[in-house]
Amino acid sequence: MRLTACDPAAVALGLAAGMTLADARARVPELAAIEADPAADMAWLERIADACDRFTPGVMTEPPDGIALDITGCAHLFGGEYGLLAEVEARMRRWTGHLRHALADTPEGARALARFQTAPSSSEAAALRRLPVAALELDAEAERSLRRAGLKTFGDLADRPAEPLAARFGIELPDRLDRVLGRTGSRITPRRAPPALLFECRFAEPIARADDAVAVIGELAQQAGAEMEEQRKGGRRFVARLFRSDGHVVDLAVECGAPLRDPARIMRLFTERVAALSDPIDPGFGFDMIRLAVPRVEPLAAAQLQLEGGSDRAEEAIGELVDRLSMRAGARRIRRFVARDTHIPEQAVLALPAIEASAPMLWATSDPGEPPHRPIHLFDPPQPVEVIAELPDGPPRRFRWRRNLHEVSRFEGPERIAAEWWRRAPGDPGLTRDYYRVEDVRGRRFWLFRHGLYDEKPAPRWYVHGLFA
Amino acid sequence: MLKRHLARIERRHKPASVALRHAPTGHDELDHALGGGLLRGRVHELQVADAGESGSGAGFAGVLAQRLGGELLWLREEAAERGMGRLHAAGLAEIGFDPARLILGVLPDAAAVLRAAADAVRCPALGAVVIELWGDPRPLDLTATRRLALAAEGSGVTALLLRVAGHEAPSAAQTRIGVAPTRSTALAANAPGHPAWRIELLRQRGRPDGGVWRVEWDRANGVLRDQEHDGETVSGAVVPVSGDRPAGAVLAG
Repeated sequence: MRLTACDPAAVALGLAAGMTLADARARVPELAAIEADPAADMAWLERIADACDRFTPGVMTEPPDGIALDITGCAHLFGGEYGLLAEVEARMRRWTGHLRHALADTPEGARALARFQTAPSSSEAAALRRLPVAALELDAEAERSLRRAGLKTFGDLADRPAEPLAARFGIELPDRLDRVLGRTGSRITPRRAPPALLFECRFAEPIARADDAVAVIGELAQQAGAEMEEQRKGGRRFVARLFRSDGHVVDLAVECGAPLRDPARIMRLFTERVAALSDPIDPGFGFDMIRLAVPRVEPLAAAQLQLEGGSDRAEEAIGELVDRLSMRAGARRIRRFVARDTHIPEQAVLALPAIEASAPMLWATSDPGEPPHRPIHLFDPPQPVEVIAELPDGPPRRFRWRRNLHEVSRFEGPERIAAEWWRRAPGDPGLTRDYYRVEDVRGRRFWLFRHGLYDEKPAPRWYVHGLFA
Repeated sequence: MLKRHLARIERRHKPASVALRHAPTGHDELDHALGGGLLRGRVHELQVADAGESGSGAGFAGVLAQRLGGELLWLREEAAERGMGRLHAAGLAEIGFDPARLILGVLPDAAAVLRAAADAVRCPALGAVVIELWGDPRPLDLTATRRLALAAEGSGVTALLLRVAGHEAPSAAQTRIGVAPTRSTALAANAPGHPAWRIELLRQRGRPDGGVWRVEWDRANGVLRDQEHDGETVSGAVVPVSGDRPAGAVLAG
C-alpha cells in the first residue's frame, strides 16, 4: 500500500505521495491514513466544476485534481482578470484550503504554471521559461534523461531545434513544449457543449425559498420565449441551473416531444419536474444565481390563431399531455409503438418513449375477413406450458398453464416462424417455432408454440406466447 | 321565473345530437339497452372476472376504443405489463385499431395510474382513456371514480375502466359491463373464429340494467354483431366465473 496524497502537515513531516504506508508509519507512528476513493474524488471535482459554470461556460475537468476554465470574453463581467481571480479564490475557499491557480494563453501553460511555478516572474513568457522540465509531465524515464543531459528548465529547451529533441527524448516532447509555451494553439474541450440560448439572473442577496427560485425560472422562461419567438425557434429541452451561494448546484431538466416556446407550458413542465423530485430542492443559504439554458432549438413557425380548435390544436393538446405525463412518470413509461420489419413476434413491435415523436406508419394486418392472427397480450418471455398432443409434431390437445388445465376445442396452425439466420449469433441453434392459435372449451383463445422441430431438438418445449381477444 | 330558469339550464345541457353523445357499438340490442350506444364523456367499467381472461377484456376495451374513435391513452400498472403480458400493438392492429393512435402509459402502481388518468381524462383532445387495473387496488374507491366521472363529463373524454380479477365495488361509473370470452364461431377446419364475448350489462346509471349478449367483432365493418349461433356454441356456452383464486394471488403468481 502506498500513499496517494498527503496534506500539508504530512508534507511538513517529510512524507510524500508514492511512499509505502509501512514506511510512512515507521516515520510517523501516529499517522492517520484514509483509504483513497478515486470515485469520490472525481465526484467532488465534478461538483466543483459545476460550481465553476458560473464563471464561464467553458469548463473542463483535469482529473484528478484540476479544472481548466476558458475565460476568453468572460473576465470583464467580473471586473477584469484580477476581479475574476479574486472571485474564484473567494468561491474556492469553501471547497478547498489549497488552491493554486494561474492564467496563461493556453490551458497547458496555465496548468504547468499552476502546478510547478515556485517564484513570481515579471511576465508570462519569463515565468514559463523558468519552469522545471517536470512541468512537461513526461514519463519518469524521459524526465531523468533530460536532467542527465543538463536540461533543467523550459528555458534550456525552448530555443533548441525540435528534431534532435524528438529524436533523443521522444516524439512527445517538442509537441508538449510547444503547447505549454503557446506556440501551437490549443483550446479546452468544455464538459458541456454551450447551449443554443442562455438566460441568467444574478441576485445581490441570495433567495432562500424554493418557490421564489421557481418563479425566477418562470421569468427566465418568459425571456427565452420572447427570444425564441423572434428567432422562430422552439426548444426541445430546457435546463435550469440553480447556483447555491455555497457552491452547490441544482440542475432541473425538462424535455418535450415537440418544439416549445410558450412560457406557461414550459413552466408547467418545470412544476411537474419539481413535484416529481424525490428530495425537494434544498435552498440552503440561498441561490445567488439562476440560469435557464435551451440546449436544443428547432424551427417553430409563428403560431396562427384558429377560430375553431382545429386538428393541430388537438395534436398540441395531446403533445402537452404526453410531455406532462412523461415528466412526472419518466419518459420511458409513456410510449408509442413503432412497427418493425421482422417475423419474430416479440421483436415486431418497438415501444419508444412518446416524447421522441416519430412519424406514423402503416401496420400490417391480416385480411379483414380473417380473425386476428396476433394476440393482444404478448408474454415476454413466453411462459412454459405442459402440452399433450395427439402426435409428436401435431397440434396441442390439452395444456396446463398456471396450474389450470385447458381443453383445446378449436385450433389453427401451425404458423411456422423460423429464426432469422442472418441475425443469429454464431453457435445459436436458432430453433424454428410452430405457432398454433387455439381456443379452449371455455372460449379463451391462446397463442401457443412449440420451440423447435423434432429434427432440430429431441424434446421441444411448448410455450404460451400470448392471449387473443 | 323558475320555469325560465329551468329552460335555460335545459338549453345549456341539451345534447347536440344523439349520435354525438353516444358511440353506437353496432349491436342493435346492446345499443338499445345503452340508449343508443356507449355514452361519451362518462366512465364505463369493464369487469373481467378471471385473470386468465385479461386478453379478452383488453380486446373488448380496444374494440370500444375503436368505436369511440380518436386518440387512445392506455394506462396500465407495471406489474401487469411485466407479468401478465404486454399490450401488443400488432394485436390491436389486427382488431382494426391503428396503433399510431395509441399512447401507452406503464406506471409503477395503481395510485400513479389513477393520478395519470385524472389528468388525461381532462384533456378533451383524447378520444378515450383505458384505465386498466388488476385486483382491488386500495386507491380505486368511490371518490376516485367520482373524480374521473366529473372530469370525463367536463371534457367529453370517455374513460374505460378495465378491471381484471377485481370485485365489484361501488363506483360512479355510468355502466358496469361484465366481459368474458365465449366460444367463437368456428371457421373452416374448426379454426378459432373472430373475437367473441359474452357481454352482461351489470349496472347502468339512470336506465334499466340487465341483459346478456353474445357478440362478435366484425373487423371488416368495424362493428359488434350478434354471434351466429351454431349448435355447439350454444350448448357449451356456459361462462364460468372463476372464484377459486383470490385476485391478489393472481398478480403475484
